[in-house]
Amino acid sequence: MQLNELLKNTSEWLKGSGPNSDIVISSRIRLARNLHKVPFPHWANKKQSQEVLENVEEAVSKVDYLKNTSVLELISLDALDIQFLVERHLMSHEHAQKKEGKAVVVDDKEIISIMVNEEDHLRIQVMQSGFNLFEAWDIINTIDDALSKEVRFAFSPDLGYLTACPTNTGTGMRGSVMLHLPALVMSNQISRVLAAISKLSFTSRGLYGEGTQASGNFFQISNQVSLGISEGDILENLNGLIRQIIEQENQARQSLLSRSRAFLEDRISRSFGILKNARIISSQETIELLSMVRLGLDLGMLKDIDRRSLNELFIITQPAHLQKIENNKLSAQERDIKRAEIIRNKLKL
Amino acid sequence: MLCDICGKNQATVHLTEIIDEQMTELHLCEECAHKKSAQMEQQFGLSDLLAGMAEFEKPALQKEGLTLKCPNCGLTYADFRKIGRLGCGDCYAAFSKYLIPLLKRIHGATQHIGKSPLGIVKPQKKKEKVSDVAALKEKLQRAIESEAFEEAARLRDQIRELEREQPLADKGDKSAAE
Repeated sequence: MQLNELLKNTSEWLKGSGPNSDIVISSRIRLARNLHKVPFPHWANKKQSQEVLENVEEAVSKVDYLKNTSVLELISLDALDIQFLVERHLMSHEHAQKKEGKAVVVDDKEIISIMVNEEDHLRIQVMQSGFNLFEAWDIINTIDDALSKEVRFAFSPDLGYLTACPTNTGTGMRGSVMLHLPALVMSNQISRVLAAISKLSFTSRGLYGEGTQASGNFFQISNQVSLGISEGDILENLNGLIRQIIEQENQARQSLLSRSRAFLEDRISRSFGILKNARIISSQETIELLSMVRLGLDLGMLKDIDRRSLNELFIITQPAHLQKIENNKLSAQERDIKRAEIIRNKLKL
Repeated sequence: MLCDICGKNQATVHLTEIIDEQMTELHLCEECAHKKSAQMEQQFGLSDLLAGMAEFEKPALQKEGLTLKCPNCGLTYADFRKIGRLGCGDCYAAFSKYLIPLLKRIHGATQHIGKSPLGIVKPQKKKEKVSDVAALKEKLQRAIESEAFEEAARLRDQIRELEREQPLADKGDKSAAE
């Protein structure tokens, strides 16, 4: 698969089609797996890492469910390609740090990605559009079962799947849901909600996972505990929590509408106006304004735009995507100009 | 505005840092911001946090523990304390005396009750059913919301059926998680 082909397509999870897709962008599950007796990536030597890579590649090729995937070895990709994959959420920042012995397995719809030799030997990830944790679980469970027949995973009946970091031991599972919560932010309720989330041992992160700041009212909520609880219960708990947050966001939206409709309409229309007319725009400003436009669409204040185009804009206005589209290296300033141009074209009525 | 660090590129990232209760604002170009964030991650790495959590051990135990070595991969407990990552699956057994209390602090539990690999242990059908029920409940919720009541009734019966098949086993799991 050529990376440029990905550029032409919209990732499945960005389609904006799943349940509750007004508030929930995507649902994601990842499983951490390691090979029996083999040193974890940070502790393995070059030869061992290479062997892991070869073993995983072979296992992947034998799994029917993974027949539409391509293995991208990082060593064969340049920095721009790697950043491009990070922006599409197909691999983590951490994975991008060192190339040797690493790969990412990606399917053509960008639902499945398997990072090889990240913190663990395998980090299997499945993404779905909208609020769709259980469908993601069905897919990832099937892949995990099939792979476990091809390679022996490091596993103990007492402690479950053995991972490089003890925070992932047990199920090795992290379920994450990406939410758009503008009304909770505008009504200053978000800190209360986030505090409650952490009390229930869930965490909240920014758009690009660990260590990133929440921007443009986007929050990624995931479970922290992975041992002593079954996969089904982790999902059910997360699912219940997300339902409540959706409910609260909806209430906050209604109360903003009834109490400060003019204020809301003003902010949304101005945001739309800037996006349609700006000639230079940073990625941070883009995300913030797109967040408002998205809200306008959800509330029926803006028409003639669809959710899919908006979702696409979030991704294609990122630095590596702009440079891929332009097929040229661009400075930060050149990117700001190109970004504004792409947005204007997309939002042209 | 130019970057505070290199003074050459346009600042596009704006950071607020709190050092010794002093708030400072930093305006950085993308390149310097990237370096800066890598630095900060090193300063407040997970390894420190984990090592900190393991500090609760009694001093005598600690000293003995540091010389422990995994027979499979050669990682010592002192290495783990330093880098916050284990060396291989066998490290769990080698350092179990120290890891079990650590796992208890992180997860509040020390017994895995989730799925198992197909290759090693018999698949635990019961556990899979739990997620089946959860998935059905989710579908039921959606059916109710979209007022598809016939579908909802069918799903409700299906859930009842599944729950009757495995009535108490899952309650047991919950108490094990405490």
